[in-house]
Amino acid sequence: MSPDFVIAAIMTVVGLTTPILLAALGELVVEKSGVLNLGVEGMMLIGAISGFAVTVFTFNPWLGVIGAAAGGALASLLFAVLVLGLNSNQVATGLALAIFGTGLSSLIGLSFTGRIVPVFGSIFPDALARHPYLKVIFGYSPIVYFALLMVPAVAWFLHRTRAGLILRAVGENDHSAHSIGYSVVKVRLAAILFGGAMAGIGGAYFSMVITPMWAERMTAGRGWIALALVVFAGWRTGRLLLGAYFFGILMALELYAKAAGFSFLPSPFWAAMPYLMTVVALTFISARESAGANAPACLGKPFLPST
Amino acid sequence: MSSSVPRLALTGITKRFPGVLANDQVSFSVGPGEIHALLGENGAGKSTLVKMIYGIMQPDAGTIRWNGEPVTIANPKAARKLGIGMVFQHFSLFEAMTVLENIALGMDATIPQRELEAKIREVMQHYGLKLEPRRIVSTLSVGERQRIEIVRALLLNPNLLIMDEPTSVLTPQEVDQLFVVLRKLAAEGCSILYISHKLHEIKALCENATILRGGKLVDTCDPRVETSRSMAEKMIGGNLKDIQRQPGAEFGKPRLEVSGLSVATTDHFGTSLKDISLTVRAGEIFGIAGVAGNGQNELLLALSGEVPTDSADAVRVDGVKVGRMAARDRRGSGLATVPEERNGHAAVPDFTLSDNAVLTARDRLGMVKGGLIDARAARTYAGEVIASFAVKATGPGAFAGSLSGGNLQKFIMGREILQKPTVLVVSQPTWGVDAGAAAAIHQALVDLAASGSAIVVISQDLDELLALCDTLAVINGGHLSPPMKVAEANIEDIGLLMGGIHGQTTAAEVAAAEGHIHAPQA
Repeated sequence: MSPDFVIAAIMTVVGLTTPILLAALGELVVEKSGVLNLGVEGMMLIGAISGFAVTVFTFNPWLGVIGAAAGGALASLLFAVLVLGLNSNQVATGLALAIFGTGLSSLIGLSFTGRIVPVFGSIFPDALARHPYLKVIFGYSPIVYFALLMVPAVAWFLHRTRAGLILRAVGENDHSAHSIGYSVVKVRLAAILFGGAMAGIGGAYFSMVITPMWAERMTAGRGWIALALVVFAGWRTGRLLLGAYFFGILMALELYAKAAGFSFLPSPFWAAMPYLMTVVALTFISARESAGANAPACLGKPFLPST
Repeated sequence: MSSSVPRLALTGITKRFPGVLANDQVSFSVGPGEIHALLGENGAGKSTLVKMIYGIMQPDAGTIRWNGEPVTIANPKAARKLGIGMVFQHFSLFEAMTVLENIALGMDATIPQRELEAKIREVMQHYGLKLEPRRIVSTLSVGERQRIEIVRALLLNPNLLIMDEPTSVLTPQEVDQLFVVLRKLAAEGCSILYISHKLHEIKALCENATILRGGKLVDTCDPRVETSRSMAEKMIGGNLKDIQRQPGAEFGKPRLEVSGLSVATTDHFGTSLKDISLTVRAGEIFGIAGVAGNGQNELLLALSGEVPTDSADAVRVDGVKVGRMAARDRRGSGLATVPEERNGHAAVPDFTLSDNAVLTARDRLGMVKGGLIDARAARTYAGEVIASFAVKATGPGAFAGSLSGGNLQKFIMGREILQKPTVLVVSQPTWGVDAGAAAAIHQALVDLAASGSAIVVISQDLDELLALCDTLAVINGGHLSPPMKVAEANIEDIGLLMGGIHGQTTAAEVAAAEGHIHAPQA
C-alpha cells in the first residue's frame, strides 16, 4: 500500500467517523440525564438541511453550522415538549421524531436539490492543510476538530463540573434530585437541546462537508449507529471515541474493500458490516452483566413528581 | 440559645389536595435546641407538613415564622438558606456515585472537592460518624447511607433538622448511635423535628410531641411522661387492641421442617446460609431476630424457592420434601412467603390489586381456568382482602403503587393470610407500618397460627418478635442460633447473639436493647 493510499484511507475514516461521533456525544449527554432520544437520525437530517439552507442563503458555512445546530435543537425541542411537558413515552416519541425528521428534511430539501454551497476553508495555512503528508493531521474541515475537542470537553463537563454532576444525578435518580431541589425538567431540557444541536452539526457534516450538496436521507442510518455507539461505549466518553473510530473503519471498508483487495466478499456485505457489527456488539455487551453498571438508572423513564 | 422566641412557629397551616384536606389549621412551634416529635398514623399529614417547612410544597393558608419573622419558603434551597436541613425517610441518594459526590449534590454552593472532603471529615469527627467519602453508595449499608444524609444536612450548620422516620431501617445499635448524634446537636442549640412511629424512641429522645390525625392537630404531650400506649391511642384516636391469644394453646405436629440448609450466596454483598435447621409446629409463631444483612434475605429466598436448595430434604412442609421445588410449586404445597421489599418483590406497583392477587393466589384459589385469568374471582378476592384488612384503596382496580406503604403491606399480608397457607414465612411484616395497622397485622398472624398454620417471622424489630412469637432464634453471619422460648428468653443473651461476630455489642448497647424491650408495646 502506498503512503498516498494510507493517508487517503485515514482521512476517509476520520470523515466517516465525525458525524457519528458528534451525534453520539450529544446522545451520551442526553442519556446521562436519563432521557432516551431515539430520534437522532431525524435530528441529523433536519440539521443537514438547515445547515445547507442557511449556507445557501448566507454563503457562510460558519453560519450554516450554527443553523444546523439550531435546526437540530429545534427538532429536539419538539421531542422535549412531548416527553418532558406531556410525559409521553420516550421510545415512541423518539421513533416519531426520527420519522418526522426524515420527512420534514425531504420536504424542505425539495427546493434545495441541486444547489451548491461554499465549503469551509481550512483553518490551517495551506502549507500544512495541503501538504501531501501533514494533511492527514491538518487537512480537515473545522467540524472534525470541533468533534474531537468535544470528546474531552464532554468528559470534563460530566465528571469535573458541578453542572455535570447534577446532570448525572438527574439521570441516576430523578426523584432524589428533585427532592434535593434540582429541576429535573430544566436539566433534561438542556441536555436534550444539546443532543439536538450536536446531532444537527453531525448531520450538517454530510450536506456541507462530505458531498457538499443536499440529498434525501443522506445520513443513511448513521443516527442509529450513533445510538448503538452510546450503549457500545458503556456511556463512557473515552470508549465512545474508540467505538466511533471502530465504526468509521468498518464504514471505510465498504469504500476500500475492492481497492484493498478484499474482494472475497461482495461489496454490499461490507456496506452492511457496520450495522451487523452494531447488532453483534450490542448482543455481547448486554450478555455481560456489568455492562449496565454505568447506565443511567432512570434512562427512558418519565419523571412524574409525587405529590 | 435560651431565647423565648421559638425557632419555628406554624400558625393555621392548611394544605388541600384534590379530594383530601392534608393539613387543616395546624399550629405548633419548636424552640431552639428542642427535640420535637411529630406523631401520627400513615396519612395523618406529617409528611405534607414537613414538606411545607422544607419548601417542597407551599401551604394554601397559614404562616410559617422563623425566629419570629414570617417567611415564605419557596423551595428546599430557600429552606437550607434559612438553616433548615432535612433527612428523608427514603434516602435521596445516587447509588452509582460516591459519598463525596452525593454530598456535593446536596450543597448549594460549589465547594472544591478537596475542601469538601476535609469539611466532611471534620463533621464526622465532631459527631463520631464513620463514613468513607470515596466509597460508591451502592456498596454501603442502610445505616451508612443514612449517615450520608445526616452529614449532608450537618454540613450546612442547620438550626433546625427535620428527621422523617429516621430509624425505620436501622438496627438497634445504629439507632443508639444516631441518638447520640441528635442529642449532641440539640445540646449545641439545633432544633430537631423528629417524625417516627416508634414510640419508645420518641419517649427516649423527645421533649415535646405534636400529634396529628386526619390532617388536624389533635393533641400535644410530653413524651417523657406518657407511655407508648397512651401516645399510640392519641394517634389513632381510640383504644389500642392488644394481641388476643387463646390461652394455653398447644402446638400441633411439625409443619415446617428445615434441616441442614446451606446456600452459598452469589451476591458479593450477600451472606451465605450455613447449616440452618428449625422446626415450626402447627399453631407456633417462630421469630428470627438479627441485625440486617446477616442472612435474612437469603433465608427468605431459600424458603420461598426463589433460590433453589441443593437437597430436597432441606425444606419439608407437612413432611413433603419441597427443597428442590420452585416458588410456585412450594406455594402449591402450602408454603407462602412475604418478602421484605413491597414494591417490585411482593407486589408489582404498576399492576392493579386484583392482578397482584392473581400473582400469588391463582393456584390455591383457582383464579386461572384453561389458561385464562378469571378476572371476577380475582376482583372478588382482592375486594375481600381490602375489606377484611381495612386497606385504604379505591378498590381492586387501584394500582399497587398508588397505595401508601402501610396500606400496601396490609394488602400483601392479607393476600397471603386469606389463602390459609400451611406455612407462612414473612419478612419485616410491619416495616414502615403505623401502630394501628401493625396491631391488625399482628392479630391476623396470631389468628392464622391459632387456626393451625405454622408461621415464621423474620424481623429486625425485637419488640415485635417478643410480642408476637412463641419461639425465637437469632440469625448471625448466616448461622441460626438454637431456638428459645420467648417466655423464658434472656434479653441479654439475645443482644449478645445479635452482636455476634460483629463484636460491637457493648454493655451499654445491651442495656439499650433492654430498654427497648421493657418499653410498653405500641
